[in-house]
Amino acid sequence: MPISVAIVGSGPAGFYTADALSSSGDAVSIDFIERLPTPYGLIRGGVAPDHQTTKNVQKKYEKTALKEQVRFFGNVEVGRDVSLAELRSMYDAVVLAVGAPRDRALGIPGEDKKGVFGSADYVGWYNGHPDFRDLNPNLNVAAAVVIGVGNVAIDVARLLSRSADELAETDLPEYAERAILDSPVKDIWTCGRRGPIDAKFTNVELREMGKLSESVPLVKAEQLPDSVGELPERDKRLKERNLETLREFCARKLDEKPKRVHFEFYAAPVEILGGDRVEGVRFERTRVEGGRATGTGEFFDIPCGLVIAAIGYRSDRIEGVPFDDKQGIVPNNDGRVEDGLYAVGWIKRGPTGVISSNRPDGVTVAEHIHNDFAGGAKGSKPGRKALEKLLAERKARIVSFADWKKLEAAESEAGGGKRPRRKFTTVRDMLDYLDRNRN
Amino acid sequence: MPKLTFVMPDGSRREVEASEGASVLEIAHDNDLEDAIEGACEGSMACSTCHVVVEGDWYAKLPPPSAEESDILDLALGLTRTSRLGCQIRLTADLDGLVVKVPGEHLDMRGR
Ligand SMILES: Cc1cc2nc3c(=O)[nH]c(=O)nc-3n(C[C@H](O)[C@H](O)[C@H](O)COP(=O)(O)OP(=O)(O)OC[C@H]3O[C@@H](n4cnc5c(N)ncnc54)[C@H](O)[C@@H]3O)c2cc1C
Ligand code: FES
Repeated sequence: MPISVAIVGSGPAGFYTADALSSSGDAVSIDFIERLPTPYGLIRGGVAPDHQTTKNVQKKYEKTALKEQVRFFGNVEVGRDVSLAELRSMYDAVVLAVGAPRDRALGIPGEDKKGVFGSADYVGWYNGHPDFRDLNPNLNVAAAVVIGVGNVAIDVARLLSRSADELAETDLPEYAERAILDSPVKDIWTCGRRGPIDAKFTNVELREMGKLSESVPLVKAEQLPDSVGELPERDKRLKERNLETLREFCARKLDEKPKRVHFEFYAAPVEILGGDRVEGVRFERTRVEGGRATGTGEFFDIPCGLVIAAIGYRSDRIEGVPFDDKQGIVPNNDGRVEDGLYAVGWIKRGPTGVISSNRPDGVTVAEHIHNDFAGGAKGSKPGRKALEKLLAERKARIVSFADWKKLEAAESEAGGGKRPRRKFTTVRDMLDYLDRNRN
Repeated sequence: MPKLTFVMPDGSRREVEASEGASVLEIAHDNDLEDAIEGACEGSMACSTCHVVVEGDWYAKLPPPSAEESDILDLALGLTRTSRLGCQIRLTADLDGLVVKVPGEHLDMRGR
């Protein structure tokens, strides 16, 4: 009997696992269990709508999904339609690939005020994720503060400062495109508690900020160090390039373009100001010693009507699985959680790295499964048949990969040529479309 | 047709025929080397998963990398002085015999 494998979550980590398993030569049967009707996780719902080429990797994942051994059970949520315990009783191996969809809290007074969002929610909103499409952030503000200096913070700042022409080539949902175009925002502050050398953005993303048609990046020269200091060669090179780019930004003029993105380093947020709604952020100036930021006792305020905190992600606790609350991951030994239970991607490692960082996770767990089930000779659980039966009893509405292909075609047609696609943004709309287009 | 040799992470060599004008990434994929060279963004300089190390004197014979390529290349694991993006090297007649090494780091960067 082939080894039956259930992969929970169809983001990059899930797909690299399926790819490694299905090309291993072992007799395996692989089922994706995905809570949304749409595959690809953060490739669809995280990666910026103006970075379409980064999403090209979907085409590779599609090849995996179309393999003989692989099935996609979309719109099936573990914890809602089927429990993890049930899955484990039906499948030889269950791989957790559910990602880390929750924002870390800022942990400062006032963060519950209206107009303060975490980047997971806010990015989900502009990417048309069904959970967040009704977030309805008020962008009718003159200034916005983005807390964090990683690539996600830059994504958020960049999307707010794009021109109409630039936005017209993205797959932003109509509601988000409208909101951004109607926004009078002029000043966007991206703030980090540490210095420019500690910032996590990559030079590609940073440099792009200097090439926007309607927005100019500004950096305070006095916040830039003379050199990056002692670092391993590779890090040094990366940091030097960032520093070079930031130096170029120092020379840019405040009034060059209608909008401005200000980089503010050594600024630790201590309080969100305002009444019911946010009216500003209070920061404490920091100094960095030995890689740690310490407060100097000097405070300053930045007035704004919108705050987006892009300070990292954590996973949700999964019923029946140990959870490391501090790191926000499932504790594991290089991908092994318990007998027959494995973890890959952000639920395994935490929210770091790029898309392809998830590939070794998948390769490793495929090896574990191969070793644990003697190359396919030891599969003993029914897998797919049992799941189909259970889901039929529960009248679950399964979205197959063929269904997804219909949704995908409809989205791409709705894009009208210039836009890569206009997404369905509610599960209801997706299911209705499929109901109307059976056969 | 120009020839191109891939040196795999385990040291084995694969010599293949390349159609002129094709990129090293495309040639790899035409020869079933997807597992060795991923090319996640399909050659649009958005991923660095097509990283190869150009052997010996060949490096100097290639047109130099663009600023965009250098930026992306910086993110590749196991970067060396003769690293390039496989999607940006196009095989021409004067590159007949080119040898590129496939780094193994991308398959073994556990814990990163
Ligand atoms: C805003 C943002 C922008 C990014 N941009 C880039 C970029 O430009 N380039 C880059 O290289 N990397 C980027 N990344 C990083 C990249 O997206 C991640 O490395 C990668 O998506 C992690 O993969 P994953 O499979 O672990 O999780 P995810 O991609 O989050 O996939 C998890 C999947 O599991 C599903 N799921 C969750 N719970 C359940 C459940 N109970 N039952 C069934 N299914 C479930 C989810 O719906 C989702 O489809 C970005 C990340 C973010 C947050
Ligand atoms: S294939 Fe992505 S950079 Fe070459």
